[in-house]
Amino acid sequence: MRSHSVSLKMWALAAHAALIPLAILTLIPFVWLLTASLKSTDDFFSSMFLPAGDGPLGIAWGDLTLEHYNRLFFELGIGRALLNSVFLSSTTAVLATLACAAGGYALAHLRFAGRGLVTTLVLAALIIPPPLLLAPTYQLLYELGMLDSYTGLILPALAPAFGVFLFRQATLQSVPRELLEAARIDGCSEIGIFFGVVLPLVRPMVGAFILITFLATWNNFVWPQVVLQTAEKFPLSVAVSQLKGVYRQDYGLLMAGTVVSVLPPAALFMLLQKEFISGLTAGAVKG
Amino acid sequence: MSGRAREQGSFAAYMLAAPFLGVFLLFVVVPLARAGVLALMQTYGPQDSRFVMLRNFTSLVQDPLFWRAVGNTLVFTAASVFIQLPLALGLAMLLNRPGLRGRGAYRLIFFSPQLMGLVFVAMLASIIFEKRSGLLNQALHAAFGTSLDFPWLQTFVMPTLIITTLWMYVGFNMVYFLAALQNVDQTLVEAASIDGAGPWARFVNVTLPAIRPVASFVVLLSIIGSVQLFELPYVMLNATAGPANRGLTIVMYLYQSGFETGDLGYASAIGWVLALMLVGFAAIQLRLARSEAKA
Repeated sequence: MRSHSVSLKMWALAAHAALIPLAILTLIPFVWLLTASLKSTDDFFSSMFLPAGDGPLGIAWGDLTLEHYNRLFFELGIGRALLNSVFLSSTTAVLATLACAAGGYALAHLRFAGRGLVTTLVLAALIIPPPLLLAPTYQLLYELGMLDSYTGLILPALAPAFGVFLFRQATLQSVPRELLEAARIDGCSEIGIFFGVVLPLVRPMVGAFILITFLATWNNFVWPQVVLQTAEKFPLSVAVSQLKGVYRQDYGLLMAGTVVSVLPPAALFMLLQKEFISGLTAGAVKG
Repeated sequence: MSGRAREQGSFAAYMLAAPFLGVFLLFVVVPLARAGVLALMQTYGPQDSRFVMLRNFTSLVQDPLFWRAVGNTLVFTAASVFIQLPLALGLAMLLNRPGLRGRGAYRLIFFSPQLMGLVFVAMLASIIFEKRSGLLNQALHAAFGTSLDFPWLQTFVMPTLIITTLWMYVGFNMVYFLAALQNVDQTLVEAASIDGAGPWARFVNVTLPAIRPVASFVVLLSIIGSVQLFELPYVMLNATAGPANRGLTIVMYLYQSGFETGDLGYASAIGWVLALMLVGFAAIQLRLARSEAKA
């Protein structure tokens, strides 16, 4: 028994001996990103992480600077792109979630002509690689006069086959038919039933899908790059990548732009992590 | 249910399904159909177009740039499946040791690169892999005395992309494997161990069959994602395909053809080849999964 627990401890030690260096290796790029964004251009080239000096820990803390952030916000107007990203991501996330939840519920529980055909089309659409639709959608948006508009960017993103499929499965599993019948007998309208009965029952999935869609829209590059033309409308993904073309050697500036782009979604994920994971596992357990 | 009630139900059903249905028809079904027509055309921007029938496809077959793109994409995909996924599984097995402390913290750390979008990872990586001023060459120089001028982004573009996506996706895939491993019946593993099976035999005969459904799902996801690689090399290589097109991928070539050259028809033809490849991969994968399940 004793030798068993000793060997378990040895195993744990060996596992940590492998895991700790790997964890450090994973975190180094983040540390480097943050320090690079806080260093003057001279210090960027003369130090790997933080500039050496005679402050605490042998680091010249006083040499760190917010000049890159100042330039981003006060000269280059990155605040505009930040607001654009917030607007595009939250609008798309909320509207797509509502459209997919309502559509998925209708496919799962309501009768209407063409339901079978739509279900088949949705399943088939799961395999379509989005790049295949890039050129025809661009042409369509041109014909509809929606190029260079947020409508042209948001509207096509509101009906992902994947989302409808998820909500179809979720409502099939967690919305009992008897409950819907009972609500109907009580005189609830179908729209009332959707908002009052169905949405609360799939709440974990709603939370997870809003978060997934928000992150995906925030990080989306190809569609805004193709649809938008006016610089004032660019979200961070396009605006920051274009900085790279203009300020190629200005590493501190580019890294500060990256920090600004990455912090909001990371903070959101950390805040909603519990909700997110419970949503995913709820789907998995019931699946 | 009375006829009247069914009618009302059906009207409400249309109301609820309408937003999704409308957008799905207009922006998925219609573009898909138009992609079929566009692939038979040559265009100059969104307006000027003429039918060329199958010429786009015969041109693709003879287009060395297209083959370059296919080759690069397949190399990257193979690396994702055969390097990245085994590492993810290994990491998950390390974390799955019973009684390991700090599992949650490790899992969050390894997953964290996933929180950066590909574009922003590309921004960061393009400077880390820079000659002289980049972190990687400086660290390698300090540790092993290698050259500060090692040309990652100039000559070794594919290895650079593969290393970058290792950082980004190993932890992501590990989360799936870890969840699967935690559902493996430990009594089976112990029984095999009592029967004298070594670690490798236990892995092959007990663990692997138990996680097979999740593993084939992860393989398929990884292939689907890898085949569509675009923004990572595009942003890392400053909106180009890199020296000698070393970073050209299928979707990058689609983008260049459609939105730099302005030929939406050629871009659509490339899109169809991409779709066909994905369907092929999915079919092969499904067949493999089935035959293995039988065996």
